[in-house]
Amino acid sequence: MVECRVVIVGAGPAGIRCAETLVAAGLRPTVIDEGRRDGGQIYRRQPENFTRSYDMLYGSEARRAEAIHGGFDALRGKIDYLPETLVWNIAERQLYAAAGTNQIMVPFDVLILCSGAVDRLMPVKGWNLAGTFSLGGAQIALKSQACAIGKQVVFMGTGALLYLVAAQYQKMGAHVAAVLDTSPWSLRLSALPKLLAQPSVLWSGVKLDLTLRLAGVPVYNGIDPLEIEGTADAGVQGVSFKDRNGEIRGVACDAVALGYHLRPETQLADLARCAFTFDPGTRQWLLQSDPDGRSSVAGVYLAGDGARIRGARAAEASGRLAAMAALHDLGHPQSAEIMAGLRRTLARWTRFAQGLAQAFPWPAQQAARLSDDTVVCRCEAVTAAELRRVVLETDAIEANRAKAFSRVGMGRCQGRYCGQAAAEVIAHAAHVPVEQVGRLRGQAPVKPLPVVIGEDAA
Amino acid sequence: MTTSAHETVSDVVIVGGGIMGSSAALFLTQRRRSVTLLESALIGQQASGTNFGNVRRQGRPIVQLPLANRASAVWRRSKELLGEDVEYLQSGHLRVCYRERPELVGNFEAYAEEARHVGLDLELFSGNTLRNRFPFLGPEVLAGSYSHLDGHANPRLAAPAFARAAKRAGANVYESTRIVIVEKAGDDFRVTSEDGRVFRAPVLLITAGAWAHFLTAQFGESAPLTCRGPTMSVTEPVPYSIRPAVGVATPIEEESVYFRQILRGNIIIGGSTRGPAYTDERRASVQPPNTLSQLKQIRRLAPALEQLRIIRVWSGVEGYLPDSLPVMGSSPRVSGLYYAFGFSGSGFQIGPGVGETMAELIDTGATPISLEPYRMNRFGGG
Amino acid sequence: MSGRFVRLSETNRSQLTIIVDGQPVRALEGDTLLVAMLGAGRYLRQSEFGDGQRAGFCLMGACQDCWVRTEDGARLRACSTVVREGMRISTRLPEATWSNAV
Repeated sequence: MVECRVVIVGAGPAGIRCAETLVAAGLRPTVIDEGRRDGGQIYRRQPENFTRSYDMLYGSEARRAEAIHGGFDALRGKIDYLPETLVWNIAERQLYAAAGTNQIMVPFDVLILCSGAVDRLMPVKGWNLAGTFSLGGAQIALKSQACAIGKQVVFMGTGALLYLVAAQYQKMGAHVAAVLDTSPWSLRLSALPKLLAQPSVLWSGVKLDLTLRLAGVPVYNGIDPLEIEGTADAGVQGVSFKDRNGEIRGVACDAVALGYHLRPETQLADLARCAFTFDPGTRQWLLQSDPDGRSSVAGVYLAGDGARIRGARAAEASGRLAAMAALHDLGHPQSAEIMAGLRRTLARWTRFAQGLAQAFPWPAQQAARLSDDTVVCRCEAVTAAELRRVVLETDAIEANRAKAFSRVGMGRCQGRYCGQAAAEVIAHAAHVPVEQVGRLRGQAPVKPLPVVIGEDAA
Repeated sequence: MTTSAHETVSDVVIVGGGIMGSSAALFLTQRRRSVTLLESALIGQQASGTNFGNVRRQGRPIVQLPLANRASAVWRRSKELLGEDVEYLQSGHLRVCYRERPELVGNFEAYAEEARHVGLDLELFSGNTLRNRFPFLGPEVLAGSYSHLDGHANPRLAAPAFARAAKRAGANVYESTRIVIVEKAGDDFRVTSEDGRVFRAPVLLITAGAWAHFLTAQFGESAPLTCRGPTMSVTEPVPYSIRPAVGVATPIEEESVYFRQILRGNIIIGGSTRGPAYTDERRASVQPPNTLSQLKQIRRLAPALEQLRIIRVWSGVEGYLPDSLPVMGSSPRVSGLYYAFGFSGSGFQIGPGVGETMAELIDTGATPISLEPYRMNRFGGG
Repeated sequence: MSGRFVRLSETNRSQLTIIVDGQPVRALEGDTLLVAMLGAGRYLRQSEFGDGQRAGFCLMGACQDCWVRTEDGARLRACSTVVREGMRISTRLPEATWSNAV
């Protein structure tokens, strides 16, 4: 076989298992990652001079984290590894990457995108105040820097991560002021059949909830967020919400960790012109992929949470499977039995993820209730009122049209954090289904690119 | 006015909802003509919405200045005319040349002398005067020609605002209406959309940009139209301080970059090598090597921008003609048929002037603006 | 006023000093710039659009809310920058430095 250039973007659980599988088949893949160290977000490694043990850092996932990191360490010398490198655009089977201000071109024959996920956010009035962090951000502060995001922290949103991070904060000695979950308890019962696809993970979740309650942390379910209160100068000072009985309550705090499960990072696949499909279960656009990770574009494969949110263990399986699919397509015979086993594993995780989406649904209805003065787009400070205005006065019903007229999603983060909520605001104001609003088209650069890029080479 | 369930009848049908078609629609309704404006996708989405936003007269062919002046007058009263703000800033335009092309200073002088007679006053700067006044310019910049009455506007907002104003004034505006058949049936033009809707009028104006030749061909007329996509970038916001739009005069495409700062603070960068565009897919993606060459050139023009970051790039489908001049005026063959397309990457500023001129021509049969350079049959053929 | 972030462990690292808005701020080796600044202060920067102070959001290099400026004008994304002795950071919006009389 002719030397084939295989490039993996992302060194989290999917990317690492993917690289291992390719190396085992005798290939030397290139792994490009934005992080300073491998592990991705979930198995993010703490700085070298930190001393906490794996058990302390990763709890029940300690052995998996250790295995992932060990697996990557064993690949050194067998892969080309480019850490702290941002792939900012793709064209003509070539990646354009930036390491600081250095411009690097990486040609590929096969591209496997393991780009991971970020928190999925629904705005709430005051979420632009200093002291509101994404739930994932709150976890990174703890795991990677041994810090709590405040002295009294409210965890608000929904999803398994809400309880996990709150419990981790509690365990590490931070003060958890409250856990405010928008999903009512009853949904967990109705989702039980699907959640039983992974009984041990379900049990871990139940234990987290119990741990928090036993520790005396106020946990509210079925809440409706009203406002993150505070001032432009002081930042966050409290949270007000309606409890499940409709009673208005307040919690004093100086920090809020906010998140509604995760959304895939799809920008690179979008720039590679991979097709998307609307997923009604989670009300978001996901990349089209066959069960093994083949995207709609030949030679481009998808794995991990960047393809579909199924969690870290599924990411490992999908990383392996995408690598095997790529190898198969390159003419390396693969074990049908192993591939079938990986597909079965993934199917169980898919079912479990569907259960989570049912138990902890994306709170689309909140978009309709956002007060006009709520900032929807944090980057550009675009309010719900402005977004509704462009819908009603200028007929901007399509997501990119509303962006062009209102600047929603036009800022530094390119709509990562407001795009999905903005689509819900538009859909409600225009009385159309959210899938009709569409999705914000990915535009390069994937993240801000220095004007001095490539100057050294000039 | 609708005569049957399937036919919309008006005085004028305009095919193509960019800034030319939208502003023509507005000015025709102001002249009490009933107008139907048809757009295949969304108003102002391609060349009119994705261009740099220069509202610049200087640098245009001298023969085009009366049209540009007319447009300039519309831009100045755009807020009252449109009832909304399209972020037009009459904050000046600076055209510079590099030390390695000193001959261009002579060109600037000659152009300024000619332009003065056509109502465009330019001021020439060099040396310390240039640097004191425009401290962001790089050391390679030799001289500059400054037009204090030019400026810039927001292309994303402009064409849609013209179309909305036309609609308020009574025009029928149909988006997502892709026209597949244009024909003359008796005294009327019959225009049929992909989904079978029919629009009739005694006058047809084609302002379909890069798509125009698919329509003109149906009348046996053609222009050698090609399409390309501009290379655009925008930086993070920084406090507003650069008032003029600034561009490089050079015969080399790669060197010809320009930038402007908007009131919110972002700096928009355009120019350098253009990329491919696809009319069938309605798409022009930015080629990363073009972004890199653009940034290299912008560092040369304005090293002050070096510490900023690009947060977004974009492109759009633009129609080009070999002499970089548009086709504009009446069809040489078919009475009642009018054209305004092929603005070759420099139509935004003159857009409202084109709309006003075409409205005048259609309404009165004449215009004081010379349309001779823009004849459809200047390319031979057809 | 004390810092926004609370250090829960790993406090036996070597200390270093950075300068924020002209004032010395003590940080620990291995801190990100974001943690160093929020360990001692309440915010990182001012929103350009008048809605107050910002202290970052995602901590994983995705939201781009934590870009700060060094005194010489360079931009740093605080959550993905490892703090170094002597860094000089300004949380204020930059001056309009290139203004020209027109």
